[in-house]
Amino acid sequence: MKRDLWSRLNHIWATAVRRPDWLVMGLTAFLILAVFPATLSVFRLALIGKYLTFAFAAVGLVLCWGKGGILSLGQGVFFGLGGYCMAMFLKLEASDPVSTSIQSTPGIPDFMDWNQLTALPWFWKPFQSLGFTVFAVPVVPGLLALGIGLAMFKRRVGGVYFAIVTQAIAAILSILIVGQQGYTGGINGMTDLKTLWGWDIRTDSAKVTLYYVNALLLFGALWLVHSILQSKLGRVLVAMRDKEERVRFTGYDVARFKTFVFVLSAMLAGVGGAMFTLIVGFMSPSFVGITASIEMVIMAAVGGRHSLLGAVYGSLLVNLGKTFFSETFPELWLLLLGSLFILVVMAFPNGLAGIDLGKFVRMLKTGGMKLLRVNGPVATARAGAEVEVPR
Amino acid sequence: MSALGGAMTPANFLLEVENLSVSFDGFKALDDLTFQVGNNEIHAIIGPNGAGKTTLLDLISGRTKPTGGRIAFKGDEITHLTEHEIVTAGIGRKFQTPSVYDSLTVFENLEMSYPSGRGWWSAWRFKRTADVIERVEEVAELIDLQDRLQDRADVLGHGQKQWLEIGALLIQRPDLLMLDEPVAGMSVPEREKTAQLLKQVSEGRAVIVVEHDMHFVETIADRVTVLHQGKHLAEGKMNVVKNDPKVIDVYLGH
Repeated sequence: MKRDLWSRLNHIWATAVRRPDWLVMGLTAFLILAVFPATLSVFRLALIGKYLTFAFAAVGLVLCWGKGGILSLGQGVFFGLGGYCMAMFLKLEASDPVSTSIQSTPGIPDFMDWNQLTALPWFWKPFQSLGFTVFAVPVVPGLLALGIGLAMFKRRVGGVYFAIVTQAIAAILSILIVGQQGYTGGINGMTDLKTLWGWDIRTDSAKVTLYYVNALLLFGALWLVHSILQSKLGRVLVAMRDKEERVRFTGYDVARFKTFVFVLSAMLAGVGGAMFTLIVGFMSPSFVGITASIEMVIMAAVGGRHSLLGAVYGSLLVNLGKTFFSETFPELWLLLLGSLFILVVMAFPNGLAGIDLGKFVRMLKTGGMKLLRVNGPVATARAGAEVEVPR
Repeated sequence: MSALGGAMTPANFLLEVENLSVSFDGFKALDDLTFQVGNNEIHAIIGPNGAGKTTLLDLISGRTKPTGGRIAFKGDEITHLTEHEIVTAGIGRKFQTPSVYDSLTVFENLEMSYPSGRGWWSAWRFKRTADVIERVEEVAELIDLQDRLQDRADVLGHGQKQWLEIGALLIQRPDLLMLDEPVAGMSVPEREKTAQLLKQVSEGRAVIVVEHDMHFVETIADRVTVLHQGKHLAEGKMNVVKNDPKVIDVYLGH
């Protein structure tokens, strides 16, 4: 019996050594699904859950930026759109005629009432349905990305120009949301969100449930993107990054491939945004704009823009840093974030995932060998072997 | 047309270029060019720098759009198709500098050109079937890279990268293969090997080759078109063309 267990452990170990990516994946799942819930308070767990919602955007960036070479500085737009879709549903549910009876128009969200709106705008109406909302969370960001993708990639706008256009869109959308207070809640965003189809999202048990839902969705997203990267589609993306012209002259419609990954990464960011709204309980324009978008790029870069799990760890670390520093030195945070980005790009272009543990272990080993060679019998044995086998 | 010999009639031209012109900011890079390529023919295009050789390949492959004239392939007009549509129609093109995917292996480089799974969905669902493997291995043997299939393309030598690119084109099974200076930067043995390879790959298809190396052109080309300042200067067998006084004057005499 003991021996059986031993050999089984050995087998697992052998598999793990052969497939280190599986090992890291298993450890990550263990950390997120078991260690965090077991050791952290509900407050801290919800904080980790919030960080992980950004990982959806970072995973999308690994796909479109790391693999496909398309740098989008506007992922906040898609994150925000998904988040706002969810927030609109929750806000409508929180604004029932009874709890808004003191308003001049009961039954509409409070900020509309403050802005002298007397009826629900047409684009709000579908968000009374949970089914439509769940559908809209990935589809609205996806459709916007489709429009941008078709307009840009068909015209062969790429590289820096594409990045600037997406950044401009992030600026436009956040200005639009802030300016149209009566329709969007303005700079304050949408607050006082209470229930999801009658289920109170502010309780501790709801927070834990939402943490798990979010984590499982994130693993789903990782699996989806992983399956793309393992397929020929993933190799076409890498080929496009290496030699776009060659891919075109091999018979691939490059614009379509680029549009596809851009749309998919937008949909993932949208799902992250919706989970953010549910976990944090509000949505505001500060998660839509340029700063938020660039933070998402930095999360992907810190974790390693070629690595899916890197995106998860990058999101955790950058957001931990943000929470810590913006509490202690609020005015320094942006400077620190900028420096971190420059440092990562200059010193660790492959981020956390680029740190080669194997190389580190080999370095330790060869260092040890050298020490032995100088002092011990290994040195003579080695020297002898080298003489026997002339090169 | 006399230089073509009696065997060819317009009906069996694979590629027909008629009155093709293109200008960039008023500069006429190609001026009213007409020429044809027959089935199974190796057709070389030569001319001094700036004669419009690469521009011609750009036009045929859809990278540049002409300002006048038309291009027909297998009798169908392809003038306004996009690059990938022209590839699908059966025209493959090799660039002047070796153009391979550095982060992919030799196998993956070749597999990229396998003519299925070219949409995003079909690429996602693409399966590495026995047919694919067989075809890749067959071509790898032809270009002498059968032992390097699992190596990343960026570790290959210059000549090997050129061959890899030619191999990738072969996997597409094009009816017309266009090569832009395939032996540029190669050593003499590599040139000879490439000439041999081209002889082999041209079987069953037509080849257009743009080349500076006269000796190389003489070894492989069935027919030569000489361009000069975007215009058609002469055409025929290399040994006839190289004795044409007009050609000697603008090109070979220098």
